[in-house]
Amino acid sequence: MSIACDVRLNTRLSEEDRAKYQNGEVIQNLLATAKTIAIVGLSTEKTKASNMVGSYLQDEGYKVIPVHPKAEEILGVKCYPSLSAIPEKVDIVDVFRPASEIPGIVEEAIKIGAKAVWTQLRIINLEAASAAKEAGLEVVVDRCIKMEHGRYGGMLHWAGMNTEVISAQRRRNLGA
Amino acid sequence: MSKHDFGFETRMLHAGQIPDPYIGARAVPIYQTTSYVFGDADEAAHLFELKQYGNIYSRISNPTTAVLEERIASLEGGTGAMAVASGMAAEFGTFMTLCSPGDEIVASSQLYGGSLTLLAHTAKKLSIKVTFVDPDDFEGWEKAITSRTRGLFVEIIGNPIGSIADLETLGEIARRHYVPLIVDSTFATPYLCRPIEWGATIVIHSATKFIGGHGTSIGGLVVDSGDFDFSGFPTIADPTASYHGLRFYDTFGHYGFLMKLRAETVRDTGACISPMNSFLLLQGLETLSLRMERHVTNAQKVAEFLAKHSKVAKVNYAGLPTHPHHDRAKKYLPKGPGAVFSFDLAPSKGDVRDAGKNFIEKLQLFSHLANVGDAKSLVIHPGSTTHQQLSDEEMIASGISAAMIRLSVGLETINDLLWDLDQALEVV
Ligand SMILES: Cc1ncc(COP(=O)(O)O)c(C=O)c1O
Repeated sequence: MSIACDVRLNTRLSEEDRAKYQNGEVIQNLLATAKTIAIVGLSTEKTKASNMVGSYLQDEGYKVIPVHPKAEEILGVKCYPSLSAIPEKVDIVDVFRPASEIPGIVEEAIKIGAKAVWTQLRIINLEAASAAKEAGLEVVVDRCIKMEHGRYGGMLHWAGMNTEVISAQRRRNLGA
Repeated sequence: MSKHDFGFETRMLHAGQIPDPYIGARAVPIYQTTSYVFGDADEAAHLFELKQYGNIYSRISNPTTAVLEERIASLEGGTGAMAVASGMAAEFGTFMTLCSPGDEIVASSQLYGGSLTLLAHTAKKLSIKVTFVDPDDFEGWEKAITSRTRGLFVEIIGNPIGSIADLETLGEIARRHYVPLIVDSTFATPYLCRPIEWGATIVIHSATKFIGGHGTSIGGLVVDSGDFDFSGFPTIADPTASYHGLRFYDTFGHYGFLMKLRAETVRDTGACISPMNSFLLLQGLETLSLRMERHVTNAQKVAEFLAKHSKVAKVNYAGLPTHPHHDRAKKYLPKGPGAVFSFDLAPSKGDVRDAGKNFIEKLQLFSHLANVGDAKSLVIHPGSTTHQQLSDEEMIASGISAAMIRLSVGLETINDLLWDLDQALEVV
């Protein structure tokens, strides 16, 4: 069962788009059922946000597949130059590339049958998001997948963050 | 399940605490522990690299304190918060996080005495330059800002003459010059005013005061709106030597400032809050709205009573129509401009300081001590106590006179407070 809450802070989306692309129930469901997450734009640099997010998702039990044009291996796992080159099923395509590249990434995500496309904080391309949604994918825009995992799992709160989650029910653990 | 907007009072009681899955304790548990056992060696390494959420050592974070942090962030409408040992530690940590040697702060000249000495003397030792300006001299603020300015600092309700900062105008100046507006909101609490809604980037509290509300614990809070673009701020944006070249703003975005404050400044300067104090401050926070309502109604009645008293020359409470900031108070603090204010005794024969002393010593209910924001009513003579370190010029700039008495109006029966003041004024 998911926690009901309206997360308003730290996004550039309108209320209407938040309802479409930041639906808390969809996010909790995705994080609870996904096993494999391909990260497009995963940096080889250890202090970059994308690398920290990838490392976190591995720690939390997800299988992370880096998509990188040149690197052979990041975070100890094999990289692929594109989504289409990945030889296995992908649940979430998590994107750390500029908004202008999202249409191409969405197209590939649809082609490989990914369950969801997720573009990180400040990476906003609503046209591409809407195309992905029409193709039947779940779409999350302008949110960080690590923070959302921490928000509903209770760990983000330890850093003094305003998670905007209010509930008197006992917390249930979020799966990975 | 449908979404719902939770109100202030609900968040006062619930924000930041979801009952944990193992025990389900309803009260906030007190995690009186210095440290936390790592799951395994990899987890330990990832925690130290800031890749994993979690607790390492209570100087940096603690689960009881985290409830206080999220709760105040929720009430202020901020992205997050950090709780530290005291209000002074909150101020110092904020300035240290924003500034390098040679950087500058522009500050209101009407501040709590400790804030004034921090900025005028201690900051100087770190080569941080501070320019003080009259908070209402907007041209003065503009003129004082240079390319090295890293923040504007003001108290929402000035200590001790009750001036109200024009937050909207100051927020606009700060935005235009691309510097964060830092507001000490200790006297207002988020129930009376939420400075972020008026353009503040960082809100500071001495939680020692109304947030704790019972005079039991010292604590400080720093809240960040999360809206400020720190990409041009060297201390937040540049690679840091203490985390292998990590760029806090690039990596943590809207949480960059608070991560830097926690994982660097407070880690290294050590002004952490004790979990026990976080718990006691949370107990206070749970009844904040109820207490503040009574604080401001009692304060208003006391101010009106004093304003009519023949032994009183002047009352500095913005709730009175005679106060120069009465309209501003209605705009920023519509529920009431707090419960701390000062008044001047009427001139009498002999030394006015003696009159002040006699008055304070005759009071039976008001406790004579150096604090404000207790449930009990408090009194002090700033000229000889909280502001006595100031030079004569600094005193004048802060608006303090020798005849000034400061009150913090508590929650006692209002007639008893008026009786007490009346009988003590008789001796003056
Ligand atoms: C307005 C204001 N700011 C800051 C402080 C400092 O807080 P603390 O005593 O918790 O260090 C105080 C009181 O002491 C205060 O009144």
